[in-house]
Amino acid sequence: MKPPAFDYVRPGTVAEAVAAHAAASDARYLAGGQSLLAALNLRLDCPDLLIDISRIAALRGIRREEDQIVIGAMTRHAEVAADPLVSQHLPLLTQAVAHVAHPAIRNRGTIGGSLALADPAAEMPACAVALSARMQVTGPGGARTIAADDFFLGTYQTALTEGEILTAITIPIPESTARPGFAELARRKGDYAMTGLAMMGGPAPRIVWFALSDRPVRARQAEAALAEGQGAACVVDLATAGIPVEGDQNASPAVKRHYARVLLSRALHARGLS
Amino acid sequence: MRIALTLNGEDIAAEVEPRQSLVDMFRSLGLTGTHTGCEHGVCGACSVRVDGQVVRGCLMLAVQADGLIVETVEGISQSGEIADLQAAFHRLNALQCGFCTAGMLLTAQELLTMNPAPSREAIREHLSGNYCRCTGYQAIVDAVAGVAAERLGR
Repeated sequence: MKPPAFDYVRPGTVAEAVAAHAAASDARYLAGGQSLLAALNLRLDCPDLLIDISRIAALRGIRREEDQIVIGAMTRHAEVAADPLVSQHLPLLTQAVAHVAHPAIRNRGTIGGSLALADPAAEMPACAVALSARMQVTGPGGARTIAADDFFLGTYQTALTEGEILTAITIPIPESTARPGFAELARRKGDYAMTGLAMMGGPAPRIVWFALSDRPVRARQAEAALAEGQGAACVVDLATAGIPVEGDQNASPAVKRHYARVLLSRALHARGLS
Repeated sequence: MRIALTLNGEDIAAEVEPRQSLVDMFRSLGLTGTHTGCEHGVCGACSVRVDGQVVRGCLMLAVQADGLIVETVEGISQSGEIADLQAAFHRLNALQCGFCTAGMLLTAQELLTMNPAPSREAIREHLSGNYCRCTGYQAIVDAVAGVAAERLGR
């Protein structure tokens, strides 16, 4: 289908974009457009204005600032995938981004767009939580920072308030001993995951599920068991303990819990735990 | 809205509605090699190249191409860039109805540019976002693998 009519502006700065949003009655920020334009074509949404922020230079690029990596929100998935700073310091992202849809989607889609959309089955939100990322946000009320743990509130719901733009993602460089782990089950390459896992090892491990619940969710009991040095069987038994698993068109909650055990078991064995 | 872009090597200006997709603009200009399939980014029939990268023509607005370099299957066919791929698709029957072919050619060319010696698995993975509803994938993979070998042998 074709989308309903809307107006379009392409501001040059974040401030202009925020002002355009405030002046409009029902605007959406347009990032890479790989989900928003599909939603408009399907007429699932009908804003009266699209504010294209994808060419704002200040929102692009990846750089190191002291002990953290800063990724501009409008950095495209393909750029994240090819970035040497990311592959050196954040290999979890390099592994995960290869699972984001298909090459043509990764050429346009942005990491910030994926995070701000907050699809429960998407890879980047779970990685942001696993990497203890901090979301840099600018809106009508000024700039603020939101921890990834507090950012995802539900299906397509985030802590962003009306008119706020996610401008960058700041990720502390993990200790070299903190090995990443990533795995997902999907029916076909590029499909949304039926169940997915993003994890970081080290002294304070993080085990994060996606496509299990309405948002990326940490397996806190399994994390604690892993931190205490428990064996793989014990950690796997706690894979989805205390987590509200929701079924969908792919699988029932019981099947998803089983998938989660399988993924975590594989990830732990890959790091030599038995 | 008034936009200007480079289309298949030619600088053009066009008046477009904001809601018009890139693929619909090209088709309205008579460039009907790019196909409109699912219109929500799943099938890959609308693949075009923007600033050298293959993207979905249905998930990009024409206004977003303002100032960019855009190529369609017509452009990269006429330049001769994919003549060997086209010949291999023809020779190996890698198309039946032809609806997916433009997208397959662009995507295959992108893969061979990035990875001149892809495995069959890598070819399948890179083409996984392009659907062939005649399900002729075997021949398509054969054609891409054959061209990769030919180009390396040159």
